[in-house]
Amino acid sequence: MSASAVRVVEREFGELALNMGPQHPSTHGVLRIVLHLSGETVVRAVPSIGYLHRGVEKLAEHLAYDQLAPVFERDDYLAPTANSHAFVLAAEALGKIEAPRRGRWIRALVAEWQRIASHLVWLGTLGLDLGGALGGGTTLYMYCFREREKILDLMESLTGTRFHTNVNMIGGARYDLDAETAARSSALAAEIEAALPSLAALSGGTPIFRERTRGVGVIPKDLAMGIGVTGPTLRGSGIRFDVRRAAPYDAYDELPFEIPIRAAGDAEARFQVRMDEIVQSLGIVRRIVEGLPAGPIFSRKPLKNPKATKLPAGEAYVAVESPRGELGFHIVSDGGAKPYRLKISAPSFRNLQVVPHLLPGGLVADVVAILGSLDPVMGDVDR
Amino acid sequence: MTGWLGALAFSAVVLGVAMTIVAYMTWLERKVAARMQNRIGPYEVGFPHGWLQPLADVAKLIVKEDITPRAADRLLFNLGPLLVVVPALVGFAFVPVAQGVAPVDHPYSFLFFTAFASLTLLGVFAAGWSSNNKYALLSALRLVAMVASYEIPMIVALLVPAVLAGSLRLTDVVEAQRGLWFAAYPLVGQASFGIFLVCALAEGNKSPLDLLEAESELIAAYNVEYSGIKFALFYAGEYAHTLAICALGATVFLGGYLGPAPVPGLVWLIAKTAALFVLVLWIRWSLMRMRIDQALRLNWLVLLPASLASLLAAAWWVVRG
Repeated sequence: MSASAVRVVEREFGELALNMGPQHPSTHGVLRIVLHLSGETVVRAVPSIGYLHRGVEKLAEHLAYDQLAPVFERDDYLAPTANSHAFVLAAEALGKIEAPRRGRWIRALVAEWQRIASHLVWLGTLGLDLGGALGGGTTLYMYCFREREKILDLMESLTGTRFHTNVNMIGGARYDLDAETAARSSALAAEIEAALPSLAALSGGTPIFRERTRGVGVIPKDLAMGIGVTGPTLRGSGIRFDVRRAAPYDAYDELPFEIPIRAAGDAEARFQVRMDEIVQSLGIVRRIVEGLPAGPIFSRKPLKNPKATKLPAGEAYVAVESPRGELGFHIVSDGGAKPYRLKISAPSFRNLQVVPHLLPGGLVADVVAILGSLDPVMGDVDR
Repeated sequence: MTGWLGALAFSAVVLGVAMTIVAYMTWLERKVAARMQNRIGPYEVGFPHGWLQPLADVAKLIVKEDITPRAADRLLFNLGPLLVVVPALVGFAFVPVAQGVAPVDHPYSFLFFTAFASLTLLGVFAAGWSSNNKYALLSALRLVAMVASYEIPMIVALLVPAVLAGSLRLTDVVEAQRGLWFAAYPLVGQASFGIFLVCALAEGNKSPLDLLEAESELIAAYNVEYSGIKFALFYAGEYAHTLAICALGATVFLGGYLGPAPVPGLVWLIAKTAALFVLVLWIRWSLMRMRIDQALRLNWLVLLPASLASLLAAAWWVVRG
């Protein structure tokens, strides 16, 4: 907002134009929101994005298919494999490549662990938003990160990397699950399940947390569908939609799990949906480790030259359920070794569209509560 | 002449002791917070357990660049930190340290203490207003709405011990607790002590009522434009203020310097103050922050009626004998 525009807002309308972000502790990265305030009440909110735009969609046109998955893992930096997962599924659909069953199950295993890790980061940062860095929020944050750290350690023993695991390849998984890591995975699932009650007690168990989230940032059903919000944000508005069920990929058609929903549509509903999802994901992780099929993990020939892979001409769109919702990759191929065009449908970007509808009428303190409950990742928004 | 010099030397000693205690309370807070969060806290600077960390922090903040924004109101901007730290330290002068001994033993020392404790808010307001920053301005507005209204139930709750003791002299209030601490008086004492604790969180600017600072919303708000030694003064002032309130609470509710004989009264006072301070930290590092409207509703609809009721009950108790 230019200085003259600020003057118009402040002199003509008698409102305070407050520039929140892109450097602000609670805007989850580099989101910028121009708030028009009357007292502390938000009258208008204009989100401004693009501060983390890295042009990966253009970059994708210059890299070979087998080089791309690690690049996309940098998009949504709280659940890296979700991005590469959607990409390899789209590439497999385009190239009619069938990944072996064991490879698909391992991909799902990593995806679920990263969903739990991502939700733990979300819970911790929601604590920071509501409680502040100099208060109870940090305590919640520390305990969430302690559990997340164990997941990253598990990822390290599975893939050799803590975070950007690169487990997803076109045609299967890169790393196999050995017996020792499988046992660790089961033990960790029990450990995190045991830690969840204390995390819930520090957050949803306190009356102040409930007061701060209940009835705040209500997304009615029709607004949720009209905007096209997705993931836990959509399910918090009472719509039972999950890509893992609606268009099953990898192991999800064989795995029983529930889709938690809440009808209220407020920040508390989204909080409860995510907390239930952690429990469901722990169940999925257990079932994957118990029923992991034998066999190969990779269906293609070993890659001698990763730049040589060509996919037939055509288009494919495949979406996965990332921790933030429907994350889709649309690849257009002209038959070459690089995508002709690639488009990412990012859940954080779609969820952020609802912000101008939610903020007006609330207070400045509600802005951070609502943003925290939407769980936007700016790397995912700007790409 | 010697009277003046003696007073000067005495106050220098008190100031030094108070500031050292304040500095080490920051260390205590970091250790308590770390313990609650499964961390270690300061460890490297000074063996054992980083006990030199506060000195290192002070040294660092003194040598940092001191920035005054061009758009700031220079006089108020520079006055703000002093207005916060000086009244908070003056408050300590009224706290009795032994029977009949207080640095300033005035018949109305109770009122003086609360008056000086309130004065620090003026400094915060000056800082928020003069910074010419929108976040700081919002913080200053919150101050007017919030802390000014939390003063009322706090002072009313503090009047309960004064009524029970029949005196506004803090030394008398402590002596009246020889039999039973006022915090232990059934219902009246406990209610007013509870109200006092909640208000102390708001006055000391601690979560869940740290709405003035609210760094996740207002980015540390009133001190957002401060750096270097002025920021350090705010920091020290905030801790001194909290500590002064805890000392007052320990004095009027927990028997101040009273305690079993071999241990000197001053040690008892410090121990009780530290215990209250740790209780405040415990609450602070456990709970989320309230929203401004919720905090105000809590004050006007719960704390104020409850404090008035306990004051009336205390008065009735005293009249009935």
